[in-house]
Amino acid sequence: MTKNVHVGFIAAVFVLLFLVTCFAGCTTQTPTTPATTPVTTPAVAATTAASQSLLIATTTSLYDTKLLDYLQPIFEKKYNVQLKITSQGTGKAIELAQRGDADVLLVHSPSQELTFMKAGYGLNRRSFASNSFVIVGPANDPAGIKDMTPENAMTTLLLKGTNKTAGVFFVSRGDGSGTHSAEKTVWSKAGYNYTTQVQKSGNWYIEAGKGMGETLQMASEKGAYTLTDEGTYLAYKTNLNLVPIVSKGASLLNIYSVMTVYNDKQPADKIQMANNFVNFLIDPQTQKDIGTFGVDKYGKALFIPMSVEVPTATAGWVGDYSTPATAIAPAPAATTAPVTTAATAASTK
Amino acid sequence: MDEIITGITQAFNLIVTLNPEVLHIAALSVYISLAATILAACISIPLGGLIHFREFRGKRTLKMIIQTLYSVPTVVVGLLIYLLLSRSGPLGFFGLLFTPEGMILGQMVLIIPITTGLVISALSGVDRNISDTLVSLGATEFQSIVQIVKEARLAILSAVILAFGRAISEVGVAMMIGGNIAGQTRVLTTAIALQTGMGDFGFSIALGIILLAIALVIVVAMNLITSGLSSEHQQVMGGPRS
Repeated sequence: MTKNVHVGFIAAVFVLLFLVTCFAGCTTQTPTTPATTPVTTPAVAATTAASQSLLIATTTSLYDTKLLDYLQPIFEKKYNVQLKITSQGTGKAIELAQRGDADVLLVHSPSQELTFMKAGYGLNRRSFASNSFVIVGPANDPAGIKDMTPENAMTTLLLKGTNKTAGVFFVSRGDGSGTHSAEKTVWSKAGYNYTTQVQKSGNWYIEAGKGMGETLQMASEKGAYTLTDEGTYLAYKTNLNLVPIVSKGASLLNIYSVMTVYNDKQPADKIQMANNFVNFLIDPQTQKDIGTFGVDKYGKALFIPMSVEVPTATAGWVGDYSTPATAIAPAPAATTAPVTTAATAASTK
Repeated sequence: MDEIITGITQAFNLIVTLNPEVLHIAALSVYISLAATILAACISIPLGGLIHFREFRGKRTLKMIIQTLYSVPTVVVGLLIYLLLSRSGPLGFFGLLFTPEGMILGQMVLIIPITTGLVISALSGVDRNISDTLVSLGATEFQSIVQIVKEARLAILSAVILAFGRAISEVGVAMMIGGNIAGQTRVLTTAIALQTGMGDFGFSIALGIILLAIALVIVVAMNLITSGLSSEHQQVMGGPRS
């Protein structure tokens, strides 16, 4: 009998301990009546949350390099708002924004961005930084593509890869991200049809379907080549057996832009706050911060702000980078505005 | 090998020093999965009881569907709930996407088939004579469900524990509904996925150890409860006393 009481007691203690841990978690986590009674409260919850938080869908490179971690507290303090950052590939981030699930979109795929803007999902596209894509690979460079143009380098990789030359592999992001879309641009400039001539061309071409960090690790493990944005590469470099092989070429330009997500359900105050974030990124002080970010740790800046250098690119790819974001609804002629400003940007350069 | 050793050392440090970030992530994981499990149990036990006791057309098919859903991929549930909770989805106005509450809902949907199915099996395992006796003594349907559930409580408890294990260890729903937002919806599994991707193995190993420790606590608690209950059961049935 006593033994049973004993066992029961220990069991009860365990359960209690467990519950205490849980509630310790709850108190910090605002346990707003989870799922049990969502019918009565959510309307209120949604509106109060609307004025306090801003959901940012970002490309992985800005998050994995910890640039956003660095900028987040500065913005939050300035505007008394809570930033919720979800880091996804550019393709997925755009999808989230199109469905109205994000308030700000932060990506690096100009052609996809222009389609997004044209369809009326976004306002106030501003480019705020750039850097370069780099083809990285093993130091002994088995394909011998060092310092070729990106197009020639990729063509050589494809020819040697399909020939089964020893050690020639290429890991592609394969996830619809901005980097993946940049890779496809290089293939098309080199004269290949991506889906028919590259994707199914053999075991040398590996589609990772993962984020940039994981793709770099995979390439490093396999001794393969891959295309990466410079920032993520520099941030991860110490863990990798990869060196830059090709880093010059017009098609390797990587432009980061920010835009306010627009849809008719989006409350005006949220659009206003999203505009604040857009303006924050092109603000001279933030531009300066971006320009120095990473210098202490990596010996060079991970991102080049527009205030330092405005890259030359296909018309429209570099968006406006100086006019404050004010629009809270799409203007009738909004689609033409970024193109003209970019043209002036290119001419001033 | 070096990476594993340094990772484990770093993990040990993070745990011993009670790193606030690690603790917050662990607490949030337990909160979300426990809430989902409790809510799922509240739905599944009566539901399983009804399915077990009622005779209706398609009962066998329904059971097979439930059993198929045991192994529904977490990302499929994640996708489904995402489409429902998205601002442009039918339940978008609740604003549950990227919140812990949304994750609880997603995990509930994920584990309800497991708890319901296992509750049905647990009830089927109860001696047929008991329910026959109950009915012959004039018990209502509700009364007999309550009695049989009591008889099967051990098996039901292990079903609930199993469901909790699935909830706390899944990544798909947590990633798609939660969005892995730091300090808001980042739980153990999504944090491990992120940190591993960023090459921070120590942090990942620390979180992995915590995940296993939580599982251990639950298993121990369940074993104690089970042995407590079963010895009590023996006494009721006139079994040996200690």
